[in-house]
Amino acid sequence: MDRISRGFRGRPRVDAPTGRVPPGQYATGDFPVLSAGPTPRVETADWRLSITGEIDQPLSWTWEQFRALDDEQVAVDIHCVTKWSKLDTTWVGVSLDTLLAGVETAAEFLLVHSYGGYTTNLPLADVIDGKAWVVHTYDGEPLDPEHGGPARLLVPHLYFWKSAKWVTGIELRNDEEPGFWEGYGYHIYGDPWREQRYAGD
Amino acid sequence: MAGTAIRGRLSWLLGEVVELIDETPTVRTIVFDCPGWPGHVPGQHVDVRLTAEDGYQAQRSYSIANPPDGELVALTVERLEDGEVSGYLTEELRIGDRIELRGPIGGYFVWHAYQGGPLLLVAGGSGVVPLMAMLRHRVAVGSDVPVRLLLSSRSWQQIIFRDELERLTREDGIQVIHTLTGSQPPSWQGYARRVDSEMLAEVAWPVHEAGPVFVCGPTGLVEAVATALTELGHDPARIKTERFGPTGGRP
Repeated sequence: MDRISRGFRGRPRVDAPTGRVPPGQYATGDFPVLSAGPTPRVETADWRLSITGEIDQPLSWTWEQFRALDDEQVAVDIHCVTKWSKLDTTWVGVSLDTLLAGVETAAEFLLVHSYGGYTTNLPLADVIDGKAWVVHTYDGEPLDPEHGGPARLLVPHLYFWKSAKWVTGIELRNDEEPGFWEGYGYHIYGDPWREQRYAGD
Repeated sequence: MAGTAIRGRLSWLLGEVVELIDETPTVRTIVFDCPGWPGHVPGQHVDVRLTAEDGYQAQRSYSIANPPDGELVALTVERLEDGEVSGYLTEELRIGDRIELRGPIGGYFVWHAYQGGPLLLVAGGSGVVPLMAMLRHRVAVGSDVPVRLLLSSRSWQQIIFRDELERLTREDGIQVIHTLTGSQPPSWQGYARRVDSEMLAEVAWPVHEAGPVFVCGPTGLVEAVATALTELGHDPARIKTERFGPTGGRP
């Protein structure tokens, strides 16, 4: 009974469909901006996306080449480790399956690199088979720089810090190198349904 | 990147309210005695979990306002309109109540005196809270690192920690520059507009002398300040930001 907060009732709980908001999260209509430093301003003329590391022939796309790839429409719920979840977000972008098509690699992990120096790590298995995209459009509009434009990673089944803004590089690795927040004590994997917020959760 | 990594699992602890301080009409400081608290670094935050009698729980993150001080944890919380957790913390909580805390969290937006300066702190509204932990820490350890704080508030009455900031200016040489964006006292001589590039050019340390920069506040202010400082020639890698939206979210 120690855990009961005297006098706390909470607000009426009708705002979210059951089964869609992970433990410890609440649904919001906002789209809060969270990042560790200034927003990088990247012109699409200068933009590059590359796949490097454990790969025989590194791959690279200019903005025009990237935009010529097959797009997919994605409608998903997203979950930020700072407790908000946003339901039914809509995005357009290129599946990692498309970017990695034909790639032979023994790598089991990714370290994703962003303009501005941000990094995050993921198992390769978590970005294939329709689980991850590099998106350029949010809610029908080009992605704002504040939200990661020109393009960001979208891996909606993990906490949103894994969906790196301003993505520019995907490094295939044999080992799991902790990324930026993972190095500051956030969970190495980050499954919201198992509430893996911090190391050891 | 080296950081103040959190080692081992963070456990939920029970913090007992030992002091309540009304800072402004909408902002209250709650001081918890939190047995088992592992200590923190200025700039870090804590997760708060409330549990209703029917088992419903709500979690939010709040910045820590006090410098490292044993097992004491002070949170300075602004009551948000319709704020499920902030409303409870600022209006319902009484001395002797106990709630669950988990932390400290975050090892990036932190400043320890040994990191040196000169330090530039820019805040909007309750964004001053984690920066206040840095100022109090500087005083507590007797550091003489030069510090400037640019604080944007809506009015004189809504300046959080106003008296203490005056004392820090008088006794500890901390330079505090206010801008009041809504209303100003009749004789006000200071800035009376949102933080902009011209203001930052006047307030910030010269680029060649500049040290760490911490910016905390609503997204609009943080975006404007970080962009303007970068355009003024400050190294983006030295500018650390923390934003909060109307949902009260953190990093």
